[in-house]
Amino acid sequence: MSGSAIARSNAAPKLLGFVSVLLFFAVIEAVIRAGWLNRYIVPPPSEILGSFYRIIAEEHVLRRFLFTTAECFAAGVMITVFGVGLGVLLQRYELLRRACETWVAALAAAPVVLAYPLFMVIFGRNAVTIVMIAFVAALPAVILKTIEGIAGTRRVLLNVGKSFNLTPAQQFWKIQFPAALPVIFTGLRLGLIFALINVVGVEFLINYGGLGQLIEDLAERYDLAGTYAAIFFVILVSVLFFMALERIERWLRPVD
Amino acid sequence: MAETGRLTQSSRRSLMGSVGLLRIALILALLVIWEGLSRSGLLYRDVVPSLIAIAHALFDLLGHRAYYFHLGVTAGEIALALAVGGGLGLAVGILLGANRFLAKAYESFLYYLGPTPKIIFFPVMIMWFGVDVQSKIALGALSCFFPVALSVAAGMRQIDKVLIRVGKSFRAKTWQMVTKVYLPAMRQPVINGLRLGFGVALIGTLLAETKLSNKGIGFLIVNAYSTFDMPRMYAMLIVLFALAIAVNALIGRLGGLHSIRKS
Repeated sequence: MSGSAIARSNAAPKLLGFVSVLLFFAVIEAVIRAGWLNRYIVPPPSEILGSFYRIIAEEHVLRRFLFTTAECFAAGVMITVFGVGLGVLLQRYELLRRACETWVAALAAAPVVLAYPLFMVIFGRNAVTIVMIAFVAALPAVILKTIEGIAGTRRVLLNVGKSFNLTPAQQFWKIQFPAALPVIFTGLRLGLIFALINVVGVEFLINYGGLGQLIEDLAERYDLAGTYAAIFFVILVSVLFFMALERIERWLRPVD
Repeated sequence: MAETGRLTQSSRRSLMGSVGLLRIALILALLVIWEGLSRSGLLYRDVVPSLIAIAHALFDLLGHRAYYFHLGVTAGEIALALAVGGGLGLAVGILLGANRFLAKAYESFLYYLGPTPKIIFFPVMIMWFGVDVQSKIALGALSCFFPVALSVAAGMRQIDKVLIRVGKSFRAKTWQMVTKVYLPAMRQPVINGLRLGFGVALIGTLLAETKLSNKGIGFLIVNAYSTFDMPRMYAMLIVLFALAIAVNALIGRLGGLHSIRKS
């Protein structure tokens, strides 16, 4: 198959995907205009599109975006420091790892975000609560992936280190840690995704802060088109965030 | 050989013994630190309530009949959310897994929409389905649709081509292919998808309950928050976390135990 044929074979379904999204909105628009769907429950897509400009111009979207990003960044720094640190610690002490790894895995399955009222009592209704929930919810993924990465160092590499008579510290910094980096980055990417979900979710729930609050604000004002537009906007920002993380991970990942 | 076998077995046993001891020591240390913090007065009173108060609240909670009513409401919501969202996810997953063209067209939407925060759809769900349990079920279903669909689609593509060809050579109908070939062959990814789906359905449903409801566990948690009944809130979170982790492990074990044998 020639290069252009491959490109075409990918372009056709991509086009179908794009067109069907447009078609979907066109059908919704038509159904609402025909009066089959209550426009006070589902506003017409054209109206939602119109409110995009309004929410960007009037609702300080940029400031909110930066606020949410800062919260994610704070949680990201914390999960990197504590997650990788704890992962290394657990990997280093076999006994500790055997004792705690299942607990960490269980914590990963626990619905941490549901404890947000508890965090509010402890830290107050502010950004600290939001960052702390994101941190706790995202931490297990980073710890587990760090352990997995270091434990998965190829035996050949370890033997090379041994044959060079490396000290344990050198063995760790020169061989195990760099070899584990790709898996650790996967863990950090997962952790940042969890952090973003929790940050936006808790912002919405406690009506405080950045993008999540925007939706709650507009919904409480019963600004229907604005609420829909804000939801689309937040979804768009999240998707771009995931795409960027994926790119960064691919860029940082050394060629295997 | 037998000697070394016995040796490693006994050393493993002693290792397991010390792991158990370490676990007990860690738990005890945690409890002692907690109680110490609670009595020290360093933090605001009631933020770290005494263990006795939490235990008391736990017994009180579990002995209360009303709690089981609320637990039942939430469990019902989650079950329905799993049935609706999981069922739709399964159907879409099979469709995308079976058809490469459709997968190329639509799967990236699911892939990127999957991890977005679903709770922000709650205002829309309230408008569509009302303030009662339906909106919570809808949010739970929306949450669990994505992991199930993606996991099933990926599982479909890993099915041994031979199995599919056997089914086709027997001229199995689509429905027969689904029930006799696809589903048994990808039991593991399906169950894994359901495990992930259960986790997010639980979060979606309960968060919706904390936001706006008059029954269910989420309502009780927010109620404890607004009356500042901290021991009760801790008790409820402990029970909830234990239940969530247990169900998660149970579904996971289901997937592990019955994994299809590779020939």
